Amino acid sequence: MDLLNIGGKSFSSRFILGSGKFSLEITKAVIEQGGAQIATLALRRANAGGKENILDYIPKGITLLPNTSGARNALEAVRIARLARELGCGDFVKIEVINDSKYLFPDNAETIKATEILAKEGFVVMPYMFPDLIDARRLRDAGAASIMPLGAPIGSNKGLLTRDFIKILIDEIALPIIVDAGIGKPSQACEAMELGAAAVMANTAIATAKDARLMAAAFKSAIEAGRTAYLAGFGRVLEQSAEASSPLTGFLE
Amino acid sequence: MSTTQKSDHMKYLADMEIIDSDIMNAVLSQTADYDYTAYQKSDVLNALKKDVIDFYDYRALLSPAAEELLEDIAKRARQETRKRFGNSVSMFTPLYISNYCVNQCLYCGFNCKNKITRGKLSYDETESELKAIAETGLKEILLLTGESKKLSDVKYIGEAVRLAAKYFSTVGIEIYPLNSGEYAYLHSCGADFVSVYQETYDTDAYELYHPGGPKRVYPYRFNAQERAVIGGMRGVSFGALLGLHDFRKDAYAAGLHAYYLQQKYPHAEISFSVPRLRAYKNNAENNPRDVREKQLLQVLFAYRIFMPSASITISTRERAGFRDNVIGLAANKISAGVRVGVGGHESEKKGDEQFEIADGRSVAEVHEAILNKGLQPVYTDYL
Repeated sequence: MDLLNIGGKSFSSRFILGSGKFSLEITKAVIEQGGAQIATLALRRANAGGKENILDYIPKGITLLPNTSGARNALEAVRIARLARELGCGDFVKIEVINDSKYLFPDNAETIKATEILAKEGFVVMPYMFPDLIDARRLRDAGAASIMPLGAPIGSNKGLLTRDFIKILIDEIALPIIVDAGIGKPSQACEAMELGAAAVMANTAIATAKDARLMAAAFKSAIEAGRTAYLAGFGRVLEQSAEASSPLTGFLE
Repeated sequence: MSTTQKSDHMKYLADMEIIDSDIMNAVLSQTADYDYTAYQKSDVLNALKKDVIDFYDYRALLSPAAEELLEDIAKRARQETRKRFGNSVSMFTPLYISNYCVNQCLYCGFNCKNKITRGKLSYDETESELKAIAETGLKEILLLTGESKKLSDVKYIGEAVRLAAKYFSTVGIEIYPLNSGEYAYLHSCGADFVSVYQETYDTDAYELYHPGGPKRVYPYRFNAQERAVIGGMRGVSFGALLGLHDFRKDAYAAGLHAYYLQQKYPHAEISFSVPRLRAYKNNAENNPRDVREKQLLQVLFAYRIFMPSASITISTRERAGFRDNVIGLAANKISAGVRVGVGGHESEKKGDEQFEIADGRSVAEVHEAILNKGLQPVYTDYL
């Protein structure tokens, strides 16, 4: 069976649901329709014991992926991750260190520092990053359990703007590469999976759809189709230029 | 000859920190060049076609020509709001802890020459007000004072911030401008967000509306947000008091002010507010003049499209029906359970109001209204 393995857990779904932009009352339905087994959770939104606490809306059995959104440097991310653990959110953590309020780009350098600290503390660290190969290697060496490169700026719905760089990470880093931000349509999620991404995370595209439940179902199908195509292996025609009809090296004696 | 010599409103007073910044000059010179009659509908339509708009487009969006295209602009604004904030609408409430004031702002109920009941909350009273507000479920609070370094000094405000931080995950302050060291102090007490509104960006009009008090010093107020960021504050808010002067130019300037600050400090979280003039005690006639709801909406849209990542707050200066419709469309933050006198949440108010509010709904009522719009009330967004 084709499973996604992260941090000692196995998942049959490769669709990770971001939850920050949803109406909470439909979160459960969206998770079900999308078949997601992992859902992110912005700890800063968790209102334990208070009103509209997202933790009350995520169904049991779903692996929580608390994120450190709001952290502006490594130490803040570490603090939030520890809080998440204390709150009983488990050991998975998505590191988000953002020091740019306009584009919300991740700060790779601080992310690497946070990853190193948290991996040593036994967290299953899934860092969100700008897809840079050198930094991805550093994250791997720091103990990351997966790498989450952005496809496009958060919320932009622009798709795989960083396609070629993500492909390099997929080729070079032996960790699950999960495309995180920017995915706006199921076709883009499918494309990421065809490339060999291990999973896709989406939030805005679904949260802002006219019918979020239906869009979640569409993402589920697209991600499955992309994964199946990747496993099937594309014909050489698509991977390389067309084959010549007569041998190019036929002149050799 | 005049018998009283007015102080130079462009000159800093002793004790006012001067920082190295060219933002004010950039904003003032560009605003002086803004002739909003020079734009046509075609300029607006061109702006709406672009992925990211520039200064020229922003000017067009604030021009009279854009009023006729408000529906098209609304569609774009809504798209930007949803991209950045999804369905989320943050909730908060203000708490006035003191209304003593030494300024003479001609449009404000707290003007020291206006005969109103003055008062301030003791620490105990502050705490019981905070408790009462926390019981409504809110997690974000904005502490406000008038300007009086004698009766509401930084130390007093700092203690109130400390108390607020016990009950709320987010504490903002809307007080008189401070030096960066004082902002750093209040940050250490638990405040992370600072609101300062320039009222009008026109230096001559500013001089007329501020005949006395330290607020008269224009550049010190202008650079307050930057000093707050230098002091370690996480976010700063911008806005002009619409209806006071030329609202198109003032809104343009407020946008530029925020834009340049964001460029210089990419980590700073930017917010806008769009206060319109309101009636207050002893001045029932105070009104926003040419800024009707349509123009207000135009300003909201222009801010949203020019700076899509900025937070936009809609206050109780506007009626419920207007507020309920602009959340999710341009605004992403709304106040609820609002009192604008001193205290008044838990016990009798200790001082009169700054202005008359237009939406007195409780936290539960605003919560319900947000849900009814298909949006998500958010109580905590910070830790």
